[in-house]
Amino acid sequence: MSPVPPRRGLLSGTAWMPYALLLPGLLWLGLFFVTPILTLLSTSLQEGSISTGYRFTWRFANYTNAFSDYQAQFGRSILYAGLATLLALVICYPLAYFIAFRAGRYKNLMLLIVVAPFFTSFLIRTLSWKIILADSGWVVGMFQTLGLLPPGGRLLATSFAVVAGITYNFLPFMTLPLYTSLERLDASLIEAAGDLYAGPVTAFFKVTFPLSMPGVVAGTLLTFIPAAGDYINVRFLGTPSQSMLGNVIDSRFLAVLDYPTAAALSITLMFTILVLVGLYVRRAGTEDLV
Amino acid sequence: MKGNLAGPAAELRITNLVKRFGGSAMAANAFVAVDNISLTVPAGSFFAMLGPSGCGKTTTLRMVAGLEQPTSGEILLNGNDITHLKPYNRPVNTVFQSYALFPHLTVFENVAFGLRRKNEQNISKRVDAMLELVQLDGYGARRPAQLSGGQQQRVALARALINAPQVLLLDEPLGALDLKLRRQMQLELKRIQSEVSTTFVHVTHDQEEAMTMADTIAVMRHGRVEQLASPIDLYERPATAFVANFLGKSNLLEGRVTGTAGAMLLVETHGVALRLPAANRPAAAAELYVGVRPEKLHMTGTGAPVPAGHNALEATVTDSSFMGVSTQYVVRTAWQQELTVFAQNMGVDGMRARGTAVQLHWDPQHTFAVPRTGSPLETEAEL
Amino acid sequence: MCAEPARRIWFERATQQRARGCLMTQATAPLAAAAAPQLPASNTPSLLFRVWRAITRNLVVFYAFLALFYIYLPVIVVFIFSFNDNSGRYNFTWQGFTLKSWLNPCGVSGLCPALVNSLQIAALSTLGATFLGTMIAFAIVRHRFSGRTATNVLIFMPMATPEIVMASSLLALFLNLGIPTGFGTILIGHILFNISYVVVTVKARLQGMNSALEEAAMDLYANEWHTFHKVTLPLVTPGIISAALLAFALSFDDLIVTNFNSGNTVTLPMFVWGAAQRGVPPQINVMGAAMFLVALGLALASLGMQRRSA
Repeated sequence: MSPVPPRRGLLSGTAWMPYALLLPGLLWLGLFFVTPILTLLSTSLQEGSISTGYRFTWRFANYTNAFSDYQAQFGRSILYAGLATLLALVICYPLAYFIAFRAGRYKNLMLLIVVAPFFTSFLIRTLSWKIILADSGWVVGMFQTLGLLPPGGRLLATSFAVVAGITYNFLPFMTLPLYTSLERLDASLIEAAGDLYAGPVTAFFKVTFPLSMPGVVAGTLLTFIPAAGDYINVRFLGTPSQSMLGNVIDSRFLAVLDYPTAAALSITLMFTILVLVGLYVRRAGTEDLV
Repeated sequence: MKGNLAGPAAELRITNLVKRFGGSAMAANAFVAVDNISLTVPAGSFFAMLGPSGCGKTTTLRMVAGLEQPTSGEILLNGNDITHLKPYNRPVNTVFQSYALFPHLTVFENVAFGLRRKNEQNISKRVDAMLELVQLDGYGARRPAQLSGGQQQRVALARALINAPQVLLLDEPLGALDLKLRRQMQLELKRIQSEVSTTFVHVTHDQEEAMTMADTIAVMRHGRVEQLASPIDLYERPATAFVANFLGKSNLLEGRVTGTAGAMLLVETHGVALRLPAANRPAAAAELYVGVRPEKLHMTGTGAPVPAGHNALEATVTDSSFMGVSTQYVVRTAWQQELTVFAQNMGVDGMRARGTAVQLHWDPQHTFAVPRTGSPLETEAEL
Repeated sequence: MCAEPARRIWFERATQQRARGCLMTQATAPLAAAAAPQLPASNTPSLLFRVWRAITRNLVVFYAFLALFYIYLPVIVVFIFSFNDNSGRYNFTWQGFTLKSWLNPCGVSGLCPALVNSLQIAALSTLGATFLGTMIAFAIVRHRFSGRTATNVLIFMPMATPEIVMASSLLALFLNLGIPTGFGTILIGHILFNISYVVVTVKARLQGMNSALEEAAMDLYANEWHTFHKVTLPLVTPGIISAALLAFALSFDDLIVTNFNSGNTVTLPMFVWGAAQRGVPPQINVMGAAMFLVALGLALASLGMQRRSA
């Protein structure tokens, strides 16, 4: 009854206890996340070549060069990831809504059925799309019959295939947060909106959707962030003319061994995403994601 | 520790207990939840701490349980200092507000929890007997989630009582039950208390619940004990304006002491002379509130004879509401103060219409007085 | 797919108008009949309204099943092509039914050792990340300490960082320090990206737990250790298990961090990645189908257990 202000729990034990609990994990994050990012930062400012070796020279030109050489890939990363996120939201929202409000006692089962396909390896799923979208496949045939695709037109090796692949692969990251926030929503609030003269559409946009915002924000972030760094879908379903920043980083790092450019691109991608996420979260007004 | 303290009901003594949250006394955000409380709960009694939310009653209880560390002060159990003992080293058990039943354990294991920790014998037999006492025999294998609110409440009670605590603490134990079940559980708790004869300390904000069940009630406000007395004394002779309004309804009139006449105190209020037992005078101050309960007021037509020695006032009816057993009238005095009158439905008088001039009279023995600190309206707004 | 929401809005607007009309005819029928003779007979709109409502209601169901079809299409293809009797290098066209891939899943050289590597790395990284992450979650929820905000940021950052950045930065570190990449470096990376997910999952469970339960345990003579062991841990365990399952799944399926830091070690995703260039044997589809079946089986079993205990 009485307001009990926040207090130390009975199990808090001694004052050093929290630090002992935090230390191993934070040490791991510090050693293998913070230090690498700093190393990457320093690598991005080095010059030289793989044969002569690399030296740290504050070479900011790596950034300007990388950006002017790869702005198309950079733009595509953001565009494809944005499109895929939007599509995933449109596909998953009704699905999550259906499971949360219509599946009754089969909620958990339905959720399981939706998530289960994603336990088939990411790569195997993507290869499977390659078969489905193949030039001789029934999807291309159907699109041609419907006139959505000219005779001889292709789906595979186009931006369409890449965006479709990305959208597909990150669906569970959208569905689960949406479901969680919709499931928590008190259905009587929607009824109350109805009672107060809101039609189904108004009730949805004025009550249901705003209240599911935490799920929408979490879902879009969890989809957008990995999508922007993805390069697997382009490799399997696209061609070099659809390549994204991930493909460039991958080849610069692992094939060309041009570490400074690759590092500069990685850092640029990371900061762009951090800034976009920061703006988005502030805009959406949900800052307590973690 | 437990061994030498264990035994039947114990006397609980609290001295100069203070609990401050949020830093030092100087800190701007410091909040004093319990402000220097001292009280004694006799062994075997049913003691209630009554007050509005935030009055410090739950914090006091939690300090007795050991769930909160006092800032200063002492807690004694049969003379033994338990102030700084861990909760698991105190012969005290708690029935939590929301029951706090372990959801992963059966009813049986919930009740057996304390006995198992103490490595006691005959657990199975004792748990069965305890479940019988709370009328839950046969429910041992169920999970708490499969029980109704009332049944969960009984499990919480059984889980605490089975450890034969010297003091049983009840934190708003009936708060989550509906009215009918609450009344039933009040009687049940009384029965169980008389059967196990343990000291019960009961925290509640429901004045009716405290009055029905407790032998002694401490009315609390702003972290202090406002008055500590039996239910009858609290009702008939409230010590403060707050108590007078928190327990039932009171009519409080601003008065000034003018003298004494034998055992009676003479008071003048807005030009009307009133009398009350001098023993009821709260302090030496001349300014005070004279109080009388609405059901003690007799209402007659103007000019009707007033019994000898009774206090009397003239007023006008401004409102009435018929409530079956009685009718509640609001009347206005010549100095524009509204008073409440409960007229019992004896079937003799008809309803008095609005605007009717009436005369109120009452026995001076039914008159109490409280100190004039703050306005009575202020304390009323708090409720 | 894109046309659906627009159509739905149109339907619902129509429904809304019907509903308003219907309400009016019921509540003020005599008045309306007198004042507004142009209003249609009162029975027809309410019937129409019911029909429209049935359609709009089932639109969500229809839509959900369409989405399910989309989700299951690749899995169905994976299953079908695991029975393909293909002779060429690529398993992309149907050539006839056979059970030989299912009967000989290790028939492709390197596939099963890669699977074993993946399982080992997933198990070890799950163990490590669950241990480290659970401790952090307990510290954050149950303790007060300075640097709380910094800790939360440090936990959030790996989740907000694209995996390729994490992967390349780790490689940059190992290159600079001259550490050879291999099984150990993969493990380091997997534990790293799993910690945050474990923290978030366990934290949610801990925060949802009523602290009165632990107080009750201590009130009932359980000391700190018994309270943790008998009450806290059993109640947090479901959260820890789901965190561990998530970590296992993320690690088992990871390509990016692995690809950068694997050296000569080949995991299952690495094998598939390489095979996609050299030629995809049907055994890979067998692996994919088996993974789906195992995951579904485990999940259904746990669901069944949940239902029984409830």
